[in-house]
Parts: sequence; C-alpha cells; structure tokens
Amino acid sequence: MSDENEHKIEVKSDSTSADIGSVGTVPPIDSAPPRETADQELYHSKSFWTTWVFSQDAKWIGVQYACTAIAIGLVALVLSWGMRLQLGFPDTFSFLTPAAYYQFITMHGMIMVIYLLTALFLGGFGNILIPLMCGARDMAFPYVNMVSYWMYLLAVLVLLASFFVPGGPTGAGWTLYPPQAITAGTPGSSAGIALMLISLSLFVIGFTMGGLNYIITVLQSRTRGMTLMRLPLTVWGIFTATVLALLAFPALLVACIMMTLDNLLGTSYFMPTIVSMGETLSYEGGSPILFQHLFWFFGHPEVYIVALPAFGIVSDLISVHARKNIFGYRMMVWAIVGIGALSFFVWAHHMYVSGMHPWFGFFFATTTLIIAVPTAIKVYNWVLTLWKGNIHLTLPMLFALGFIVTFVNGGITGLFLGNVIVDVPLSDTYFVVAHFHMVMGIAPIMVIFGAIYHWFPLVTGRMLHQGMGKFHFWISFVGSYAIYFPMHYLGFIGVPRRYYEMYNSPYIPTSAEGLNAFITIAALIVGFAQIVFIYNIITSAIRGEKAEKNPWKANSLEWQTPEMPPKHGNFGKELPVVYRWAYDFSVPGADKDYIPQDVPPSEVSSAKVAKT
Amino acid sequence: MKKKENIFQLLTQKPWEPSQAKIDNEHDGATLALSKAKLGVRTIIAVSTVIFSLMIVGYADRMFVYDWRSMPDPWLLWVNTGVLIISSFFFYKTKVAADHKQLEKVKNGLLLIGFLAFTFLVGQLLVWQHLIKLGYYVSSNPANSYFYLFTAVHGLHLMGGLFFWGRTTTKFLKGNYNISKLQQAIELCATYWHFLLLVWLVLFGMMIAW
Repeated sequence: MSDENEHKIEVKSDSTSADIGSVGTVPPIDSAPPRETADQELYHSKSFWTTWVFSQDAKWIGVQYACTAIAIGLVALVLSWGMRLQLGFPDTFSFLTPAAYYQFITMHGMIMVIYLLTALFLGGFGNILIPLMCGARDMAFPYVNMVSYWMYLLAVLVLLASFFVPGGPTGAGWTLYPPQAITAGTPGSSAGIALMLISLSLFVIGFTMGGLNYIITVLQSRTRGMTLMRLPLTVWGIFTATVLALLAFPALLVACIMMTLDNLLGTSYFMPTIVSMGETLSYEGGSPILFQHLFWFFGHPEVYIVALPAFGIVSDLISVHARKNIFGYRMMVWAIVGIGALSFFVWAHHMYVSGMHPWFGFFFATTTLIIAVPTAIKVYNWVLTLWKGNIHLTLPMLFALGFIVTFVNGGITGLFLGNVIVDVPLSDTYFVVAHFHMVMGIAPIMVIFGAIYHWFPLVTGRMLHQGMGKFHFWISFVGSYAIYFPMHYLGFIGVPRRYYEMYNSPYIPTSAEGLNAFITIAALIVGFAQIVFIYNIITSAIRGEKAEKNPWKANSLEWQTPEMPPKHGNFGKELPVVYRWAYDFSVPGADKDYIPQDVPPSEVSSAKVAKT
Repeated sequence: MKKKENIFQLLTQKPWEPSQAKIDNEHDGATLALSKAKLGVRTIIAVSTVIFSLMIVGYADRMFVYDWRSMPDPWLLWVNTGVLIISSFFFYKTKVAADHKQLEKVKNGLLLIGFLAFTFLVGQLLVWQHLIKLGYYVSSNPANSYFYLFTAVHGLHLMGGLFFWGRTTTKFLKGNYNISKLQQAIELCATYWHFLLLVWLVLFGMMIAW
C-alpha cells in the first residue's frame, strides 16, 4: 500500500497528464509544499560496533534503552519479592534483616520510578516512535542521543555497584530524605547513598541529552504536512512529558548535588543541628524541608512524566484496536498540556504531614483536585472512543482496558489523598501504597505491556505469541488486583507502611496477617508470570510468526515505512507526505476501515472525512 | 508560513476538518523558524536557568537562619567579573565579525575569548585558594557552602561552553568548515556566553548584597 503511495508522491508532479480521468481534481487536493530543507545527513555505520553497540540510530537506541530498563526493572521486581516475603511471612527468612528490608524498599522504588518507567517511556518508546511517527529519518542530534543512552547505562551500573559497596545500597526510602539518609544508623548512609546520588545525577545529565533530541525532533524535524495537531497522541504525550522532565529533573540534580556535599564535605544545606548516637554532629541550621520541596518539585512532575506518555500511547492503542477515531482529539491534547502545566503546582501534597501551614496545604489540595478535571476528561474520552467502536480484543486492547480500570481505581483513591484532612490519617498507611502502585505502577505498566505487544512487530518484524500473551495479561491484571486491592483495606485499618514488622500490635486484627500472606503469594505468582513474558519476547523475536506489514492496520507513519522493520533512515528515498491526522478509522465511504496518514485525498475520493 | 500562529491558535486547530486539512497540507513540518542547534541551545539555557533558580531559592531560604555569616568579596572576584564581561563583549564583537566574514578578526577574537575564559576559571580557583587560606572552608558556614556551590556550578557550565568553543575554534583553525555553520556556531556560543555572564552577575550580585 504505502509503496504505492511513495511512488505516487515521487511522480506526483507529472501524474497530471496520466490520470486523464480525474483531471482537474487530483493535483490541487494532493498538493504539498516543496521541500525547503535538505535531507538530514545521517551517520552510516560501517562496523559491528557502530551498528549494534555505539549505534546512532534512534530505533536501536530505543531498543537498547528498553532492554536495559526491563533488565533493571526485573531486579526491582525481585527486590519487591524480598519485601513481600518479609511482610507476608515475618521471621521466616534470615537474610531479610531490617537493614536489607529498607534497602529493598529504597532500591525497588527508585529503580521502578526512574530507571524503569522514565527510561522505558521516554528513552525506549520515545526513541523508537518519535522519528517514525513524525516522519523523520532520525533524531535531531543522533550523536548526543547515543551519548544519552550510555550515560543512562552508566547511571544504572553505578546504581548496581551500590549493592556491592561496604554497607550496601542506601536504605533511606526512595525519597532519600535527609537527615536520616546520610546519618549513621540508616543502611548505606555513606557509600550507598553517595553512589545513589551520583547515579541519579548521571541519569539527569543523560536524560537531558535525550530530552533535547525528543523536543527538537518533534518541533522541527517533522515531515511535510505533519502539523502538531496531526501528530498521534503518543507523540504529544512523550513530548509534553519530556518538557516536564527537562524542567523538573534539574530540581533532583540540585538536591543530589547539595546532599552529596552534605554527605562528603560536611556542609549544612539540608542537615539541621543533630545529635546522633549521643554525639552532636557538626551540622547546623540546614533545612530538611528544603530538600523535600526540591525533591517533590521534581517528584510530582515525575508522576506525570510517567503518566503522560502512558496516556498518549493508550489513546492510540484504543483508537487503533477499536477502529475508531479518538474521541475529542483536541481535548486530549489540551488535557495533556494542561496536566503537564498543573503538575508543577501540586508538589507539596506529598508533604501534608511535614508540618506545613494549613493555608499552604489548602492551596495544594485545591490545585491537586483541579488536576482531576483534565484527567477525568481523558478517561471519559477513552471510554467514549470505545463506545460503539469495533472493538478487537487483541492483546494491546486488553492491556489498554486493564489500564483504564486500574487507572480509574488509583485515580479515585488519589482524590481521597489529595484532601489534607483525609490524607493526614491515611498518609503513613498501606492505603497510600495501594494508591500509588495502582495509579503509577500497574497502570503505566499495563500501557507498557500493551505498547510492547502493539509495536513488537514494528521492531522485530514478528508477532508475539498470543496464548502466552493472554496468559500474561490475565495473571498480571487479576494478580495485581489481588496484590493491591487488599492493601486499601490494610490502610483503612491503620497498618503503617514502611514498617519492617508489625510484631504484636494489638490494634491490628489477625486477619491482616492472613491478608499479608495472601498478598505475598499473589506477588510471587505475578512476578513469576513475567518470566512467561520475557520468554515470549525472546522466542518470538527469534522464531515468532512473521508479521505482515502494518499488522494492526494503523494509520500513523511508523507503519507506513517501505520495509518492516524500518531500515536505517526509516523511510525510503523520499520522506512521506502527510495529508491527514492519524485517526481516520472507519471513515464513511472509504474502501477500507483505515486511511493511513500519507494517503493523498485523490486516492480516497469517496471517503467523507468531514463526517467522522 | 505557519510560523506566526501562537500556541492557542495552534491548539485550537481541527485537523479533521477538510478546510483545515487544506491549510495543513501546505505545512513544511517545522514549528519554529529556528535552526535545530539554536533551539537546542535555548533548551539548554532553559534547563540551566531552572538549575540556578532552584539554587538561588535555596540560598534565599537559608540566608535568614541565625548562623548565616556573609563571605568577604576579595578584589580578585571583581577582577574575574571584569574578565567575564570583557570575554562576553569580545564574543559579541567576534560574532559581528563572523557575520561580516572578517576571518582574521574572528580568529583573533576566538583565541582571545578562550584565553579570557581560562583566565576567569583560573581566577576563580585562585579566589578559592585565597578564601581557603583565610579559613573560609566550604562547611564552616552556609554562606561559604553556597559560594563554593555557585562558583563551581557556574564554572562547570563555562567549561561546557569551552568544550564547544574548542570544537568551533579547532575546526576554524584547521580550515575545514563551511562559513554559515561557523557563523551559527559562533552565534550560539556567544548566546551561551552572554547567558553565563548574566547568571554570574545575578549570583555575584546576590552574594555581595547578602
């Protein structure tokens, strides 16, 4: 199909005389501006090393990002098993000391949020999809893009190294609050935390290099006819998240640098006067609250750095697999931009119990609840897209549906916690754990799985195995409910989070113990089910069923490349020219139920696009 | 053609309408009338601005605590500031010279700028040495801590700038460049230099005032 289009575009100028039948109509409606800019000069790799290792091809960098992120994510998964074993069956495993427990918590949280989710969505999907979806040959600065991945890998290795230093990795909790993060008594308070801070700084620097590419490619390197409002929502989500990340990660960097100095040079940016083990330390007058502000000024946008790409991707999955244009495209874009802007004004809702002034809390409760409006609009629009759609229950669609359910679930508990007076009693309980795992653990992971099942053929040219995929979906979806739903109840009865063990707390009913054991077993099962997923990926990449071109019959440009998987340079000799948005599904009058973005109007003259 | 629309006009387009489609088909694919490199430098400046702003917020938060004792401002710091101003001024002159293709002036300008920038960095290190000798250690007072933090982070930014200055200058001296790319590189380095001068003036002004 698109070969034909390519051909059409190339010969467009002299096709007028050929199509005598439709003279007078074809050329004007198919008009495209002449190319003003020269084609991007690409780096053509010659050796094994520059092709597969130090690659400058965004698609391969994306694969590198994704594989690294998933690998480190599996480490975090195993760490969560350690925590669950301790909570479900206390006093059973001798290697689960209190110190180990806190180290597992910390590393699990940090890896999942930053090294897995952020890296996979922006580094992985961003690199693979942005140039293809925008109709570009590669990222704007391929060399910088390559360095970005290697910085990320270095950050991951430094993080892993902290497992092997004296004292082990930091056990300060993923928020790394001072003073305890660098005070004796906290696991890993010297070498562990130092490596963590260095690793985070490297991550931020590496990300900034990548982010520069994502932004500039989206803004400046699109193909002819591709306006911003014709972009698939995936690109909008990743683009906006990148803007957020570029503005939010500096806060983490500043916090990391200053805490490193507090730790290594004895400055007092964050460290107050403090007595540790009977001795007054040399610190004086620093403000731990300042760290909290810096951390959450990064930390809350971080939630949306993860969520916005998920929103964008899931919109496309739903639209493609329900064969319907996305309901309220413009509203979806506005919601993405609006959520992104608002996300910088809500950070202190993570600090309700830090002793803030009530009016300060009131302000942040208000802004927090306002974010629910654009978010709810998005949920309605997903549901309305499904409404009367031609829903194909493919694997990506299953995961997209799973996302909507878990996201609504986690979003609603977010409304509880956004209110100061409801948050104060709940803030240190498992209710919060259930909330954030539902909303930014399970929900984005559902999208990641859906996206992998969806774009796997694009990357490998092969389909993932259906049966294993269905097994993976149902175990993951039902299993994550089995894990996190009971935690809401644990939170309501007041079981505190972060505790190594409950011992014999009289206010906690014995049923909580049974529930904890149940959750642990569910977590083990869900974790093991991921082995099926990994096995599926590996075997399908090697000998999976060959995918036909554009297997999901999608409209966006990544599927319209001459070869699948796309070659170096993505598109053939000529870049595609875009004539429509990415959502012309089931257009009345059209021969097929989809019209790819690069199909000129003359080829689908019977379609009544206006009425979609 | 599409470059004049503001963000609200852009976000209210209805891409599915046939009338909008006609306009969109004529779009050349770039949102802003800027080169990629220029947009890149602007993005970096935005990110750096956030970094410095947040540190300034920390400074402003910390300076009201009772233990705050301002640092002295040695005369060498004023000299360094002067050096930075002069280097920024020469970068401006060099950019103008590059725009007029006065290559000899460009060469002298680039070398002078590099010399001045290295002088500034060495000067900053001498200030550090001087203050350490006087007993103003990084941890002895929060004002000192912030002084060393600001100078270090600003210095690192300048070293980043020098990296690109070095690439531009070596390309120029070796003669393998095309003139419009050289002009652009010099212009972008100059922008970054002016930005760093502005940052330094804000930081320095703040530190001598409080």
